Amino acid sequence: MGEIVLDQVTKTFGHVQVIPPLDLQIEDGEFVVFVGPSGCGKSTLLRLIAGLEDVTTGEIRIDGEPATHTAPAKRGLAMVFQSYALYPHMSVKKNIAFPLKMAGLPQSVIEEKVENAAKVLNLTDYLDRRPGQLSGGQRQRVAIGRAIVREPSAFLFDEPLSNLDAALRVNMRLEISELHNSLKTTMIYVTHDQVEAMTMADKIVVLNAGRVEQVGSPLDLYNAPRNLFVAGFIGSPKMNFIEGETAEAHRATTVGIRPEHIAVSTDAGSWAGVVSVAEHLGSDTLLHVQTENLGTLTARVDGEFSVRHGSRVFLTPQEDKMHRFDARGLAIR
Amino acid sequence: MATTHSRAAARLMLSPAVLLLLGWMIIPLSMTIYFSFLHYNLLIPGTHDFIGFANYSYFLTDPAFFAALFNTLLLVGGVLAITIVGGVLLAILLDQPMWGQGIVRILVIAPFFVMPTVGALVWKNMFMNPVNGLFAHMAKALGLQPFDFLAQAPLASIIGMVAWQWLPFATLILLTALQSLDREQLEASEMDGASPFSTFFYITLPHLARAITVVVLIQTIFLLSVFAEILVTTNGGPGYATTNITYLVYAQSLLQFDVGGGSAGGIVAVILANIVAIFLMRMIGKNLDI
Repeated sequence: MGEIVLDQVTKTFGHVQVIPPLDLQIEDGEFVVFVGPSGCGKSTLLRLIAGLEDVTTGEIRIDGEPATHTAPAKRGLAMVFQSYALYPHMSVKKNIAFPLKMAGLPQSVIEEKVENAAKVLNLTDYLDRRPGQLSGGQRQRVAIGRAIVREPSAFLFDEPLSNLDAALRVNMRLEISELHNSLKTTMIYVTHDQVEAMTMADKIVVLNAGRVEQVGSPLDLYNAPRNLFVAGFIGSPKMNFIEGETAEAHRATTVGIRPEHIAVSTDAGSWAGVVSVAEHLGSDTLLHVQTENLGTLTARVDGEFSVRHGSRVFLTPQEDKMHRFDARGLAIR
Repeated sequence: MATTHSRAAARLMLSPAVLLLLGWMIIPLSMTIYFSFLHYNLLIPGTHDFIGFANYSYFLTDPAFFAALFNTLLLVGGVLAITIVGGVLLAILLDQPMWGQGIVRILVIAPFFVMPTVGALVWKNMFMNPVNGLFAHMAKALGLQPFDFLAQAPLASIIGMVAWQWLPFATLILLTALQSLDREQLEASEMDGASPFSTFFYITLPHLARAITVVVLIQTIFLLSVFAEILVTTNGGPGYATTNITYLVYAQSLLQFDVGGGSAGGIVAVILANIVAIFLMRMIGKNLDI
């Protein structure tokens, strides 16, 4: 159970409409990621679903029941906050037990559920510690533990990994994905990091200025972005956009080509240019090429490909992987 | 700061301040201890005989002493109770977004800027006076007999005045502590299904523990030496009903001109203050280190 439907939901702060009318359907058991640049309204949307903000107009339905005016605790959702929001004066055990205690469950049941959650999250040895004595990753797990003991119909994650260092972030990403696989509960995850979105999601919702730009599976968005914004946002490094004559030759205002879909050669190709920066990642090398009349393009080549700053190279795009966009920025199919 | 040289320099720089503070404390204390062993009365000049602990036994067996001790504790405890409970409630109220918040905050803090003698006189003459006071007028308007606060409930009245003086301090400290409470914690507790009362008792109050400790410790220091309010309103009376230790020491040395006895009382007060401090630190000191 955990189907969430947003029907023409809007949110206005003062005179500023942060979310224009928005429809969204989240299926039971899905891992949905809201992704978008800072200030695009993704956290606001999550807080509307959680009930921490009031919806201005529109309706939210959880499992078919109208939940627009239901108190946050009654919606059966659990949230993991960006700062974890652990209660600093309570031990890990009491933190995890808090929602159960508030629900008025008997002590024996609480003990058992906390034990189980701690076992799942490898927290058994830390149950008597305070949050202040834990590392970032452990705090994150306590926050998740506090969410899972409630057995919610959906989990809401608000940028949960942004306070962790890079290595730990990759680990926690895996752990959350594994948790989703074992619990099979709906999860809604907010992030500004498109890598997190691509790696974790069943369904990605790309938001920009409160509007849903596109909804789809990670590969849908990668292969068939609906507009320039999605094309530029999904994929790393960013897609190259070319305008002018080259685009007109393809009967489009703008054409986009991903760095990995450009072949690089040192002797012949469609576009000539000079390497301005070569970023060696080991497995790949990212070349920033200053072309003669198309501006700077990024290309991804094999790590073995040896070019340096100042090398002259030729770029050849894979024509079938080109994305075409019209004057309004919409993709031409 | 780690080198030997810089540490020596730091000590050298600090020493004048440390010496000044040490002298400031040691000289009056040793003078008081010295006087407390003398038969030293301003009405009998010239005789400064050493009389051992006679001043102490005189002060401690004075029937006024236990009354004063009890009054001191009641005064400190009563004012602390009112200011902590009232301060927490006021702080929560002032933390709510409302129209004219800035002005309301200044008004709440205002009593702290009124000097104790003035505040006490205003209370005594304008509010509690049984003939002209505001409370008397209100009672008469309701057809009731005016209540003579300072005659019938003198200690409670003094506690009220002092609490009025100290409530802003407690409110201010607790308000700043309240503002440092992480909003996400409150939202988390809301998601966890805690009622506003549960949130207050499980999240807000524990968060305020450290600030409350600071308020209790600082106020206790000042409340043990409440004097001006008593001097200008009741003069320690009726009987010994509002005499605290500080007032008793004053009465001993400056009303009876017994410098020796007063000094002994002062030393007793210092010892009592230390006992109170030890108990306080035992009870709530652990809140200060996290």
